[in-house]
Amino acid sequence: MSTRLAKQGRLIDRSKQIEFSFNGRKLKGFAGDTLASALLANDQMLVGRSFKYHRPRGLVASGSEEPNALVGLGTGDRFEPNQRATTTELFSGLSAQSQNHWPSLEFDIGEVNSKLFSRFLTAGFYYKMFIHPRPFWKHVYEPFIRQSAGLGKAPNKELKDADTYEHFYFFCDVLVIGGGVAGLQAAKSAAATGAKVLVLEEKSYWGGRTPVDGGMIEGLEAEAWVAKTVAELEAMDNVTLRSRTMGAGVYDHGYILGYERLTDHAPGQGGPRHRMWRIRAAQTVTATGAIERPLSFAGNDVPGVMLAASMRDYVVNWGVTPGKRVLIATNNDDAYRTAIVLHEAGVEVVRLLDTRETGGGDLADRVRALGIRVECGRAIAKVADGKRVTKVAICAQNGEGGAREEVEADAVAMSGGWSPVVHLWSHCGGKLIWDEAQAHFRPDPDRAPTGADGKPFVVTAGTASGPLTLKAVMADAAAAGAKAAEAAGRPAQAVASIATSEVVEAQMEAVWLMPAKADIQLRMKSWLDYQNDVKVSDVQLAAREGYESVEHTKRYTTLGMATDQGKLSNINGLAILADTLGAEIPQVGTTTFRPPYHPISMGAIGGSARGDIFQPLRKTPMYDWHDANGAHWEPVGHWRRPFAYVRSGESVHDAVNREVKNTREKLGLLDASTLGKLIVKGPDAGKFLDMLYTNVMSSLKPGKCRYGLMCSENGFLSDDGVVARIDEDTFLCHTTTGGADRIHAHMEEWLQTEWWDWKVYVANVTEQLAQVAVVGPNARKLLEKLNAQAGGGMDVSKEGLAFMEWKDGEIGGFKARAYRISFSGELSYEIAVAASEGQAFWNALIEAGQEFGVMPYGTETLHILRAEKGFIMIGDETDGTVIPQDLGLHWAISKKKEDFLGKRAQERSHMVDPDRWQLVGLETVDGSVLPDGAYAVGNGLNANGQKNTIGRVTSTYYSATLGRGIAMGLVKHGPKRMGEVIDFPGLDGKIFKAKIVDPVFYDKEGEKQNV
Amino acid sequence: MSKAQSALNGASYAGLAKVEETGLGGMITLRGDFASAGFQAAVKAATGCDVPGVRKIASSEVGAVAWMSPDELLLLVDYAGVDAVVAQISEALAGEHHLAVNVSDARACFAVSGEGAREVIAKVAPVDLAPGQFEAGDFRRTRFAQVAGAFWLDEAGVFHIVCFRSVAVYMYNLLCTSAHPQSKVGVYA
Amino acid sequence: MLILECPYCGVHAEETELHAGGEAHLKRFGPGASDEDFHDYLFMRENPKGVHLERWRHVNGCGKWFHAARCTMTLEVFGTYTAQTSEPPQEIKDKISAKRPGWTWREFSA
Repeated sequence: MSTRLAKQGRLIDRSKQIEFSFNGRKLKGFAGDTLASALLANDQMLVGRSFKYHRPRGLVASGSEEPNALVGLGTGDRFEPNQRATTTELFSGLSAQSQNHWPSLEFDIGEVNSKLFSRFLTAGFYYKMFIHPRPFWKHVYEPFIRQSAGLGKAPNKELKDADTYEHFYFFCDVLVIGGGVAGLQAAKSAAATGAKVLVLEEKSYWGGRTPVDGGMIEGLEAEAWVAKTVAELEAMDNVTLRSRTMGAGVYDHGYILGYERLTDHAPGQGGPRHRMWRIRAAQTVTATGAIERPLSFAGNDVPGVMLAASMRDYVVNWGVTPGKRVLIATNNDDAYRTAIVLHEAGVEVVRLLDTRETGGGDLADRVRALGIRVECGRAIAKVADGKRVTKVAICAQNGEGGAREEVEADAVAMSGGWSPVVHLWSHCGGKLIWDEAQAHFRPDPDRAPTGADGKPFVVTAGTASGPLTLKAVMADAAAAGAKAAEAAGRPAQAVASIATSEVVEAQMEAVWLMPAKADIQLRMKSWLDYQNDVKVSDVQLAAREGYESVEHTKRYTTLGMATDQGKLSNINGLAILADTLGAEIPQVGTTTFRPPYHPISMGAIGGSARGDIFQPLRKTPMYDWHDANGAHWEPVGHWRRPFAYVRSGESVHDAVNREVKNTREKLGLLDASTLGKLIVKGPDAGKFLDMLYTNVMSSLKPGKCRYGLMCSENGFLSDDGVVARIDEDTFLCHTTTGGADRIHAHMEEWLQTEWWDWKVYVANVTEQLAQVAVVGPNARKLLEKLNAQAGGGMDVSKEGLAFMEWKDGEIGGFKARAYRISFSGELSYEIAVAASEGQAFWNALIEAGQEFGVMPYGTETLHILRAEKGFIMIGDETDGTVIPQDLGLHWAISKKKEDFLGKRAQERSHMVDPDRWQLVGLETVDGSVLPDGAYAVGNGLNANGQKNTIGRVTSTYYSATLGRGIAMGLVKHGPKRMGEVIDFPGLDGKIFKAKIVDPVFYDKEGEKQNV
Repeated sequence: MSKAQSALNGASYAGLAKVEETGLGGMITLRGDFASAGFQAAVKAATGCDVPGVRKIASSEVGAVAWMSPDELLLLVDYAGVDAVVAQISEALAGEHHLAVNVSDARACFAVSGEGAREVIAKVAPVDLAPGQFEAGDFRRTRFAQVAGAFWLDEAGVFHIVCFRSVAVYMYNLLCTSAHPQSKVGVYA
Repeated sequence: MLILECPYCGVHAEETELHAGGEAHLKRFGPGASDEDFHDYLFMRENPKGVHLERWRHVNGCGKWFHAARCTMTLEVFGTYTAQTSEPPQEIKDKISAKRPGWTWREFSA
């Protein structure tokens, strides 16, 4: 059984007991425990079920490489699935649930199934199983796969994450990822040059695993050296140290993401839970260490089978042991350290099996001296199935697994050698080389990731570079730190020589299968990928079925595709693949390493962008008034505009009808502040606008306004609006609400990149001005009353300010610019005042307008009023494929001008095709409202056997003015078919019959706006 | 009550740093040829300052001038006097290709001050805020999370931020969120 | 995420301050141009593996358009330069040649 030891546990504080729960069971641990160590201390060996076979699974590792111990953490709005027990620091009240089992962790139905059917669940089983019969996919297979996909449960969708998150931008010369002895030494060497250094360590403590492995550095025990070095670094102004912060990914041009977990270990302390560091580093040192590889033997997934070094971690760091009688299997010297640690902790090491016929070096001698039985050339044939280790069958490594001897043990420590953590090196293109001696891939320093200057920007340090002895690690780290600082532009320095203790180790031996010629029964029980349940036999099957590429094999077998991204399985899997294919490992290669190194929270990615700062909302100066007066909001780009002002007891539709009638009959006010307003000034301004608009603007007289259309070079209509000429050199161009920034950018682009010798300046003054459309028969009366109240002001009479004129002056005591323009067909003034005075001006209009029946109106009324007049709306009548000619706007396209943007395109053959759909008005025969976007169908069928379409609805409304539905649409040969009735099928099978009519439904002569 | 109102009426918040909306300020976008003697004289007359260097802000008792782009300056003057200054510049540069326009009301202005000011801004703008990298007199146009803005540091150690008026509420909430009292990063303070 | 130095304001701008504007040095064809020339101007774009000349705008910054010469494969940036030119300046061509001898791009070459 696993248990807490009497002594040991350098990271725990036995004076601070902590209560937590697992599957509802109340358990106790100590401060400094991880959830994993605390579970082991409580003899909770079984921590979850596997993905495919629902096999019982226990802890395999002690760090972020752990594949099995995924739990659901927290409750309610702080619940999060798939959290690793090994990276979860224990805190009081922690609540964890195991995953992927039904009905319970101890008894699981899925496991029964897997025992019966496991031979059918081989590599590629999804592809093979779920393809026939075809109709089963949607109703049977897909729901089944969705039900069983993923390990943990998704959080309750009704609950919002209770925590907050943020980002932080940081810049440094040298970023060191990893706070083990190599990272600390690299930081020290880099910092000595004066470089600005940031060091990230994913765990809560510094020093990595060297304090567990032992050794002397510069005359100090590793742990003491770590403490001293951290203190030295902390005292330096040019160094920043962050623990609980993982280097998550390395991206182009030295962009690195750091994932800081601020409150995971102390929920509820306030402030953000995670902080995403968005780092730009001139150079990055990856001191990310190495991961021990499992051995592939039958039953290597039974709870109690653990990586040898991880078992050592549990003993030394947290004072827990997974067993009382441990069997060790190894192909290298490192596992001997585990034997020594266990022995010193009073745990019986029943046998140490070393696959090497010649055995180990210095450490092996020490282990033998402790009286531990070491057997060379021996291997594990099989660990008996169950919820924990009970019996282990032993055999010769160089055989098929016969002539077994059975040994009683309650835990197994395994070591298949070490692989450097090359992920961060590889994220941005760093290449690897195969190291035959260590049987691992390590970074190739000659093929580093390169940055903006084409030079390497990542350096590895310590075991992440490949060397595994302390002496080599420290030398490599010191060199890496100095090299990175120099590459970041700091002065070159002599590399410090670091004195360390030395242990002579014997050559390791590559072991990819245990025993070497294991039969199929054993291979079917030898796991490569614990989390996705991929076995040696699956990879071999994939190879036999023709999967030669490692990337294909990965996807076919799902090897390495689980949330641990194959940290334990990658090398073992591709070695099996290479062996089966009869190829060399370097020829088979590795799969691609992609960020993040370890899963990170979605919250951290989003940062503070949630709630009221999820997205910027643009508000006009009168926003609060609208909000207080019943505004039903419509998003227009990032702006929020009132759709209608709904009064108590009214529906939105009622409100719109009221606003339409009131504006036609009395007086309406529209907040038009969002309309784009661009000042275009310079000696070449007229020439420039002639290029931008389809019609002539240079001939416009100061004081006058003209409606204009803008097209893209493709000929398509892009924006429209009224241009006012302010003086000889200056124009003010109105754009659509959505067009202000876009058209401003469009103008700057042409001025900066094509006509850079033209003397024109543009300024976007959209937000400088609050603009109000005063619309309706009583509009002039209101303005004249305001002027009378103020004792004078602008002449707004028919003669003083004629239709399509503008004027500066005062209205009601406000400095204003008034335009006699109309988008409604009514008598209308658009009046611009300073944005800061917008609310005061609006208030004055509302107050003085009462006697004239003033009402504000929203965007829906704006749309209906313009549609009744047959005016087009960018985004309704246009969709990026419509040219002005389609809309009957020939009158606004100059024939005299030699050139304008879009002119050449509009001469292309398909642009002058008489079959192009053209704008018409549409009136339903029964007066109902056509569905928006409905298509008209004509005679005949297309190649797919569908009815031919001959047109579509672009705008459709209920017109309160006319008491019926009105619409505009684009119809093939439309203007020639006036009076014809065409069919628009609705979504529910109903056919709408509509008559083609003139698009101007109201006041065809335009008399009302001219009064 | 004055007719003119700033976007947030001087709202303020104290957390890691103090965040304040600083009310209406006079601002003029001035585009023209920086090398022209007439242009330089007009800037001097309006603000008491010489044309600032790239990404710098110059200030005097009369006003300040910030470098916006190779052909654009932002003039900071008294709000009440903006129109007069625009008229004065237009007259002075009558024969020269230029553009001077009042943009005072298009803006919202904020001050971020106190120990945590650098970190509050570094949470939302992709700019190196380390002391030595951004100092008094430096001026930077960038983005604040999802909106465009500009900021500078004055001699008193106060950061000033300018953005469009329509996103004033977003900017204020963004800065207040970044200034949450329990969100200190601890690298600059 | 790329960093490009804006040649106007000197900021080493990360991509989130920038707006990508496609291929550089397009020659505009307008009225009078043949269908083929106009078609190529509108639609035909280089898509090289290697040296590429592009337009970028420092949109969340000084607002200016500029040109960048970079390698689409390694993302190495050879240099950035003014938008007010219809061909890469000699200095930029030299920088590219130093790193990618024998390069060609449309009508330009080492």
